Amino acid sequence: MDEEDTRDFNERCAQCSEVNWGLTDGGRFYCRSCHNVTERTREVVNTDFITNSRVQTISKGSKKQEKNDGGCEWYICEGFQLVLKKQVEALEALGVCPQMKDEILCNFWRCYLQKSKQAYCKRPAGETVKTLSVCESSTDVDSDPERPSLLHLLSLSESEGDLQTDCSFASSVSKVSESTSVYSGSVDGSLYLMKNQKEKLRMTMPMTLSFCYLALLWVREPITLSELLRFVVEGHIPYMNVFQHFPEKMKLCGLDLKIFCVESWPEYKEVFNKMHELAAFLDLPRFPDITESCFLHPDMLCMKYLMEANLPDELHNWTCRVVKKIGIGEVDFLTLTPGNKSTRKVKYDVLAAAVIVVVLKLLFLLDDHYEWLLSEFAEERNKNNTEGGPYFEFKKWYEVVKHSLDVEQKKLDEEKAKYLWRCEKPLFYSVKNKSKVLKRRQMVVNLQNQFGKLSGSVQRAEKPNPSSFQLSWSEENTDGSCFHGHSLKGVLQEKCGLLTVMNPDYWLCTVKLCNEKLCGHLAHYREVEFPQSYHFVLGLFSFLLRIQPSYIHDEVCMIEHRLFNKKLCKKLKYNTVLRKMKRPKTSSIKPI
Amino acid sequence: MDSFLEDYEEAPAVVVGGKRRRRRRRRSPATQAALQPLLHLPFLPPQPVSSNEHKSNFKKSKEACLSYIQDALLQKQWKRAAEFLTCYVESLEKDYSREHIGPSEMIWRIGTEILWHHSQSRMKEFSCFMEQMKTLGVKRYLKVCLEHVFHLLCNGQIDEAYQNLSLAESWRFGEQTAIQDKEIKLIQAYRGLLDYCSWSKQKKILLEHGEDGFADLAVEQEMHSYFRKAAVNLKEIIKIPGVWDVFVKCYVDILHDIVPSHELMIDFNTMLQKSKKRKKRQLGLEVIFAALDYAGWKENAKAWSCLARQVKQIVISEKHLDWIKQEWSSRKDWWPDFHFSRYLAKRNWQENKSLSHEKALVAGILLGKDCKYFKYVSHQGCKAQLKRFRMLKKFVTRHNPVYLRISGPPDCSVQR
Repeated sequence: MDEEDTRDFNERCAQCSEVNWGLTDGGRFYCRSCHNVTERTREVVNTDFITNSRVQTISKGSKKQEKNDGGCEWYICEGFQLVLKKQVEALEALGVCPQMKDEILCNFWRCYLQKSKQAYCKRPAGETVKTLSVCESSTDVDSDPERPSLLHLLSLSESEGDLQTDCSFASSVSKVSESTSVYSGSVDGSLYLMKNQKEKLRMTMPMTLSFCYLALLWVREPITLSELLRFVVEGHIPYMNVFQHFPEKMKLCGLDLKIFCVESWPEYKEVFNKMHELAAFLDLPRFPDITESCFLHPDMLCMKYLMEANLPDELHNWTCRVVKKIGIGEVDFLTLTPGNKSTRKVKYDVLAAAVIVVVLKLLFLLDDHYEWLLSEFAEERNKNNTEGGPYFEFKKWYEVVKHSLDVEQKKLDEEKAKYLWRCEKPLFYSVKNKSKVLKRRQMVVNLQNQFGKLSGSVQRAEKPNPSSFQLSWSEENTDGSCFHGHSLKGVLQEKCGLLTVMNPDYWLCTVKLCNEKLCGHLAHYREVEFPQSYHFVLGLFSFLLRIQPSYIHDEVCMIEHRLFNKKLCKKLKYNTVLRKMKRPKTSSIKPI
Repeated sequence: MDSFLEDYEEAPAVVVGGKRRRRRRRRSPATQAALQPLLHLPFLPPQPVSSNEHKSNFKKSKEACLSYIQDALLQKQWKRAAEFLTCYVESLEKDYSREHIGPSEMIWRIGTEILWHHSQSRMKEFSCFMEQMKTLGVKRYLKVCLEHVFHLLCNGQIDEAYQNLSLAESWRFGEQTAIQDKEIKLIQAYRGLLDYCSWSKQKKILLEHGEDGFADLAVEQEMHSYFRKAAVNLKEIIKIPGVWDVFVKCYVDILHDIVPSHELMIDFNTMLQKSKKRKKRQLGLEVIFAALDYAGWKENAKAWSCLARQVKQIVISEKHLDWIKQEWSSRKDWWPDFHFSRYLAKRNWQENKSLSHEKALVAGILLGKDCKYFKYVSHQGCKAQLKRFRMLKKFVTRHNPVYLRISGPPDCSVQR
């Protein structure tokens, strides 16, 4: 074996001038004739931190050096790969099909690496890392005008800058000399932050979730994006401190923290938009069709949300009709076609929720008057109703649901306040403040113990089992708190042999839609401008989906405009007035 | 159905698409008021965020946590407060000390409250916690020390408090020592106070044991050492402008016992005279009499005016003559010769008319209008046609019978 390894080394020995080299255990060359040990070390290709065989060629252009602390060189994309691996394993544990991991997600990832020129290509971007690697260049950081200053690098980030101020060593940047460990544990940490984001779609932590969701969408798993994000928040999918599962050798410090340590929960819109960008970037073909039997189809999702919102099953008929009328149940509308800019990006969950809201508005008007009147009317009819199920009363439903919602919301708020962001693994920006960080951590742990004891018997709740439903209502309850089986006959009337709604009116959330490209919204929601009932209903779905009410409001506006398209074109004006829409008799919605 | 809907006017925001102009609704006064920044009490952080807030991140999460702690504290739910504090402490790891009140200070203050009031909390844990807090911030070190000492005192642990004070006093940290000057002074003051407490304890022991001889010496020496320590500290404190009543009282108390002729006695008397409490006023009288026992004060007009004022007031009110009687009983044998001789009368009159005026008043009350001093001075004063002396004469003449009551049973040696 020695022969092979020392084949390249052809220098003459300093002592005996022979070329007869061997390798010591420490990897040093020694002359076999005179046993003179040199300082030259063999270049070692260390492969044992590649944890999976998916990444086969990441070309390492620069000279490898074993760091003193037993760390190794690693690239940012390797870190992300580990993150993705952990996430997809968690998804598998939740019941997602195993093909997602090995066939779909990993292919997406490889494709991404290739397109962003981080691997699987002839000249990977890793080569250019050499020029920025501090260990080879000048000792004085400030002297090089082209090298971005550390402070500049720190400011380049979409995060809020919490980590920026955390850097106590930023002020001492002028004292930095030649150690690379100050900048980042990874090889290309600084390069990563410097890259022009728009060009190559730089990978971020929220984007890992975009990857996951893209894969989920491809296999049409019954998980919506809002559910995925909720599982992340509940801790079923690693996200927040996932770097603590990196192998020991991958030392994380300096700028790596800025990349891997997030201090805010992923936002729906961000993940969603990135997902679409990613799909286009990867040049993916049209995704598998989303048909009526698919979970993500509005009909299916509406059923789920109706159940969760404790609304009568009969409303499902109405949602299906609205879906059909405005054409949002079409395969072409729902299926994702990356790169096609004319198709609207569909938020399946938000869309379904918005449909339900529109249906509620159709039946109950939700103007803070009518729904209560109708409720009283239904109550009256209920008294005489002896056969069949009870009629649905809005008032009762409101009381029951509001109570539960308040309880759950309060729990959620407290959970958010009690959330522990830090993990056991200490984070430090440089070796200098390591001891300080460790001391602080120790103190925090001590204080937690001390006050934890005083918290009494209140134990931190175990992680709730992942569940698709946050609110559940059982029909077996005799207290009448489940409304699934209730009938809508109380709010319907018979006309010409058809059951139609009693409510003849409708109010639009907005007369004209905003230009989404200009301000990012279709409409602008302000609580004070809309009826309380509407706000309540928005709030309910906002809680279930864990998103802003304004998102749902946008979708509602969009649906309304599709629904009342013809009428709007005729009567459009530029005044800010509530429009009362008289639904023409011809378009009354027929029962089955 | 239409009619009630017609009344219903609600205007959603509308953007005029083509021109990008936006018609803003004029805000009602109520809305405007709601948009004003909320009033913040000094210690309380801003209101909690609802879970619908836009970005859910570390900072907001900790702010919400803090408001839960606040609520729990206000409702005296110590367990709940402790629970949330456990979650809050990790913000120490992100303590930038840029905010007005940073996490470390919050934790210190909140933790103190919880540990003080929580039923299961022990003093030992409390001290342990305070020690940790001391390491958290150099700028607050002395403040934390002081608070710790206060809590120890409230709990009756005088010795520990004293130890902590000594430790704190010897703390040095470069610039910080100078910056935290005020706290050091306070620490010294409180140490002086504790020294005073020890001193008075010793004094008590001494008095109780009476003439034990040998044991006395040790106790007395200890007492003196306490006195020295206390005096040094308290003296320093008084130099600084501020409200130091408690400390001054202690200081003067010590001095009164050991150095009755101290110059502070005058101020002490003045202070005491003003007091509404009878005991204090009596003490004042005691003090001024004691001060004038000393030769150094013989010629001090201010001291005499103090005494005169108080005596006059007592005589006019005809209350508490027994106080004067009490003080006078030990002095009536020697004060007349000491202060009120004829020779002194002449000299005082020549050198300092105000002095003689005050002394004459006192003499007149205590010894009667026929005593040498008064007769000479009032005669001279009236001859000189000085108004105040005439008034003095009238006053003393009017209240002449008083001296009889003061002097007790008539003694032929008194009257001259």
